[in-house]
Amino acid sequence: MTNAEQPLLSVAGVTVRFGGLVALSDVSLEVAPRTVVGVIGPNGAGKTTLFNVVCGFVRPKQGTLSWRGTTLRNHRPDQLANLGIARTLQGLGLFAGLSVLHNVMAGADRTAKSGLAASVLGSRGAARGERDLRAKAMTALATLGIADTAHRYPGELPYGVQKRAALARALAAEPELLLLDEPASGLSEQDMAELVTHLRTLREDMAIMLVEHHVDLVMRVCDRVVVLNFGEVIAEGDPAKVRNDPLVTEAYLGDPARERDSA
Amino acid sequence: MGADTVTKPATRTTAQARRAIPPLLLHLGAAIIALVLVVALTLATDPFTNLRIATVGYYVLALAGLAVLTGMGGQISLGHGAFLFIGAYTVGLLVIHAPSLPIWADLIAAAVAGGIAGLLTGAAAARLHGPYLAGATLALAVGLPAITQRFPDFLGGSNGLSFTVNSEPAGLAVPSTRWQAWLVWLTVLIALVLLANIARGRLGRRMRSVRDDEVAASLAGIHVGRTKIVAFLISAACGGLAGGLQAFLLGTAAPGSFTPALSLSLLAALVLGGIGSLWGALWGALALVYFQAWAEDVSDALQLPTPVANNLPLALYGVILIVITFVAPHGIQGGLRRLGALAHRTRGGNR
Repeated sequence: MTNAEQPLLSVAGVTVRFGGLVALSDVSLEVAPRTVVGVIGPNGAGKTTLFNVVCGFVRPKQGTLSWRGTTLRNHRPDQLANLGIARTLQGLGLFAGLSVLHNVMAGADRTAKSGLAASVLGSRGAARGERDLRAKAMTALATLGIADTAHRYPGELPYGVQKRAALARALAAEPELLLLDEPASGLSEQDMAELVTHLRTLREDMAIMLVEHHVDLVMRVCDRVVVLNFGEVIAEGDPAKVRNDPLVTEAYLGDPARERDSA
Repeated sequence: MGADTVTKPATRTTAQARRAIPPLLLHLGAAIIALVLVVALTLATDPFTNLRIATVGYYVLALAGLAVLTGMGGQISLGHGAFLFIGAYTVGLLVIHAPSLPIWADLIAAAVAGGIAGLLTGAAAARLHGPYLAGATLALAVGLPAITQRFPDFLGGSNGLSFTVNSEPAGLAVPSTRWQAWLVWLTVLIALVLLANIARGRLGRRMRSVRDDEVAASLAGIHVGRTKIVAFLISAACGGLAGGLQAFLLGTAAPGSFTPALSLSLLAALVLGGIGSLWGALWGALALVYFQAWAEDVSDALQLPTPVANNLPLALYGVILIVITFVAPHGIQGGLRRLGALAHRTRGGNR
């Protein structure tokens, strides 16, 4: 088991530049096991870039990333799942040609016990492996209350359900750290309330880091909040502390348009 | 074979019952039934039809390979004829220069040669998308057969290679075309069993994931580049084997059989049959062989002047392709599936 003192993920002094634009500037943060860390900030603050750095889609100019104390160097996105990091995408990224069940089974693929050669031969082991993956996928779907959609295709389902399917796919990878990119965007009030419940349950088994516009959700579920503005961390701490930070109010929370969004 | 099939609630229980059985047994069973059907068909028909049945066989394999690449893997290939070319010449060269090798060894070599070519192409193509990939593969189909001119002594120039394959076991008293049809279909069905396993299993799901969303697939732990290369490898090995079977059947391997037009008509036939499933390969191959034959018969019967008669079959084929694409945008297999779903719904409504 992880030492509770050691963070799962640490980001230290990460700087990212796109041409002349500084997307992230000397950003540091840590995610401890079984905690929920929220990253908030206005549009263009660098939230998704931060996720992309963690996932290996974007290489930082400076700074390091470490996972369980080991520095990640030039890691590729597909290696992340095997480390125990799963991520949902802002645009969902569901596989349109696969049923919801197979979408989630694809997420569980890294836990498969039978090899690819066995799947070509169609052996008994492959059949058992598929059965295991199917069971894991069904469990993930049932956890989020959408087991009845298993045999439907993403395009046939309402957005809120698709969003859950994408979350189920990430959960099926049995991650230790779950990265959620705007989990609440586009959700109805009721879906949002259920999301809060799910996140609180998931937190018992894994760490969660989320990027979110919806400040209210972040304040309700997060243990720690990191506020980004123009690529810099302008505040960090527990939700109450961050909420009362004058810099944050100025940069983000005080924006009347934002308050209307999150109301 | 129909891993893409929409599972209806009513059929879900049977599908679940089937899942406990290893896919290999299921697909082998289907293949044995298919082989029995083919044998029965060849026994009931004349040598000319036997030859056509065998021709359908190797086209099914070539199209099934293309279905893996394009339907499952989402990569387009306008140059698949190049892999058939490689397979055909592999068999031709082996029959001529290593006559002691049994035909099955020649065919395995054809699949391996096609596979190696696919691996190289796939590695080069892994970063290419859409029109760039189409262009690169088309270049392969245009360029590769030209090497026969470069090495005329070895590859026979534009006349290609001619050879006789003596594969029929002594004592088996059947017409040679019948034996050829059996051997072609036996080989094709073995390959199809493996392809059907792939379609139903982990590898097929990985390919479809990469096809639908590369970013999401990589986040699920799937190596996108490797998956694409594997799709190319499998597809090209099927192409190589199909080309090898063609050489076995015709006793020739000539550049004229592997023009870019072949590659394009393979892709067109797959679209016609239904790109997403291996069944589509069967309909596509039947269309390729029989529509064209039928169009030729029609133009012969009309007693048109030669220039018109020569081009009419292709024009008719084109018209059929356009009509079917309009009526059934997902090809014949897609259309059949929709009909099946409609029938199912109507039955459900009457209950």
